[in-house]
Amino acid sequence: MAVGETPAAARETTRSYYGRPVLKAPVWDWKIPAYLFTGGLSAGSALLGAGADLTGRPALRRAGRISALASLGVSGCLLVADLGRPERFHHMLRVAKPTSPMSVGSWILTAYAPGTGVAAMAELVPAGLWSRLPPWVRWGARAAGLSSATVAPAVASYSAVLLSQTAVPAWHEAHRQLPFVFTGSAAAGAGGLGMVCVPVGEAGPARVLGATGAVVELVSSRVLERRLGLVREAYRAPRARRLRASSGIVTAVGLAGAVLARRSRVAAIASGLAMVAGSVLERFAVFEAGVVSTKDPKYVVEPQRRRLDETAAVGSPPASEGGPAPIS
Amino acid sequence: MDQGRVGFFTDTSVCIGCKACEVACKEWNNVPEDGLDLLGMSYDNTGGLGANSWRHVAFIEREVSLDREAFREREASVEREAALEREGSVGHAASLERERVDLGLPAFELPGAATGGETRSDFGWLMSSDVCKHCTHAGCLDVCPTGALFRTEFGTVVVQPDICNGCGYCVSACPYGVIDRREDDGRAWKCTLCYDRLGDGLEPACAKACPTDSIQFGPLDELRERAERRVADLRDEGVTQARLYGHDPRDGVGGDGAFFLLLDVPEVYGLPPDPVVPTRELPSMWRYAGLAASALLAAAVNAFWGGR
Repeated sequence: MAVGETPAAARETTRSYYGRPVLKAPVWDWKIPAYLFTGGLSAGSALLGAGADLTGRPALRRAGRISALASLGVSGCLLVADLGRPERFHHMLRVAKPTSPMSVGSWILTAYAPGTGVAAMAELVPAGLWSRLPPWVRWGARAAGLSSATVAPAVASYSAVLLSQTAVPAWHEAHRQLPFVFTGSAAAGAGGLGMVCVPVGEAGPARVLGATGAVVELVSSRVLERRLGLVREAYRAPRARRLRASSGIVTAVGLAGAVLARRSRVAAIASGLAMVAGSVLERFAVFEAGVVSTKDPKYVVEPQRRRLDETAAVGSPPASEGGPAPIS
Repeated sequence: MDQGRVGFFTDTSVCIGCKACEVACKEWNNVPEDGLDLLGMSYDNTGGLGANSWRHVAFIEREVSLDREAFREREASVEREAALEREGSVGHAASLERERVDLGLPAFELPGAATGGETRSDFGWLMSSDVCKHCTHAGCLDVCPTGALFRTEFGTVVVQPDICNGCGYCVSACPYGVIDRREDDGRAWKCTLCYDRLGDGLEPACAKACPTDSIQFGPLDELRERAERRVADLRDEGVTQARLYGHDPRDGVGGDGAFFLLLDVPEVYGLPPDPVVPTRELPSMWRYAGLAASALLAAAVNAFWGGR
């Protein structure tokens, strides 16, 4: 046995440098989880707007297109404001880097914004004016809405990769489930907003999309917690747990309302708002768990140590723990 | 223009914790002061690497259970050798040897030098100067969306301050927790391996200032050879805990441009035991995101044309 090492005793607590974190905590603040929500909301709304346009639901089309642009605008502000040098936001478009989900995301948003903008502008044209405009304007608005809806699923899902492509244990380890949590949350939020803004007669698709999203969000969020190893504890840290629990409750309430009370406008507004709130809380919960997982060295050290020990046990001769590391 | 990859080999077995590297780095690179905090942990008041600390000397105070039997044996053999030597030069040394008289004056011996192994406390120091690892597969470099981070002709990883827009992505992508955003400045900063000095054929400031050659600078393959000789020598001398960290090109980051000889497990020094660049899972991440995106599109189509 090597000097000064007794594996059993040493393993009782995670060894670390005075308990200090190995990783840096994310420098991002509330603006990033807020963007995760508004980005998803915009994407889901764009899908609703385009679908409503194709199926002849003017109120839903209008609500979808306008909320897609409005939440995209908020997203842009949040993203730029979170930069350390906001005036250099356009540096994001200096390069296109497939290894950087933030670069990919910047280009996705760049592809998404024009169509979203044009479709929403078309909604601001006074109703009386439409008959006097040439038909290609109408077709142009539809094409713009469709182009935005084509990119929308990427807008809603890339941000999960953005979080997972980090060394943050709670985000990286969850890379299989996080995209589903995020697109589910996007659908629930946008469906919920549609239910709030549109009369029940036309809000059918919003209700269905919202309910589907709510189910996906609830299920994938539970699966996520179950599949994780030690880092699941980060999702159960006090604040993250409260956020997750409240997200689960309000999403479930919203889901129940969307399924059961289809005819009442009041019930639609209440359950729509509940789903929107659930979507917001979900993003903040995921964000919070990530931050927590960088602050305690155990989330970094323990899984890595176990991995090393397992490889050592399988591969090389039984190098006693803490003994000399093999020289390559 | 490829100049051949250079790097650091930090041999912590000869680090004396003088922090000359920290000072030299700050001086040369004009790194701002970042608060004079007394952290209350050992002699380390820097705490860790960050935007304003590109070298960090760790002090680890720890209990060490001495192998007293081996210690006594070694002392005995040293005494035997000394005795043999004395016998060999009788007349000269022996005539000079007199019995000591205690005059009550303060002692001039080094503390502990005159005492046997029995009286030594079970206590030891580890000191190590940490730095950016300049990974072969660098997480920070992979995720940087502006191209501010780049790989130099020396194989090192450097931030261009005139490009960085402070998005903070690199901070979360580094598996070692090295790079950070400077608060009052908004941009990300870390060790450049003295890119400006390398261009002029000079070694980095920290390596230049290191009085014990604990920090060695040079071509990476040369450093790796030297490090393996050093760790083998140390083990021959009985330092069984000596091990290399970050030297292996097969590890999760493809090997570090700045690697270490450590005297305990890496986590004790605040280093991750088996770091992996997050990019390794990227194809799988995009696959799952693609599935989730398709599911969202399908859900939307179903919402309008699901037929009820």
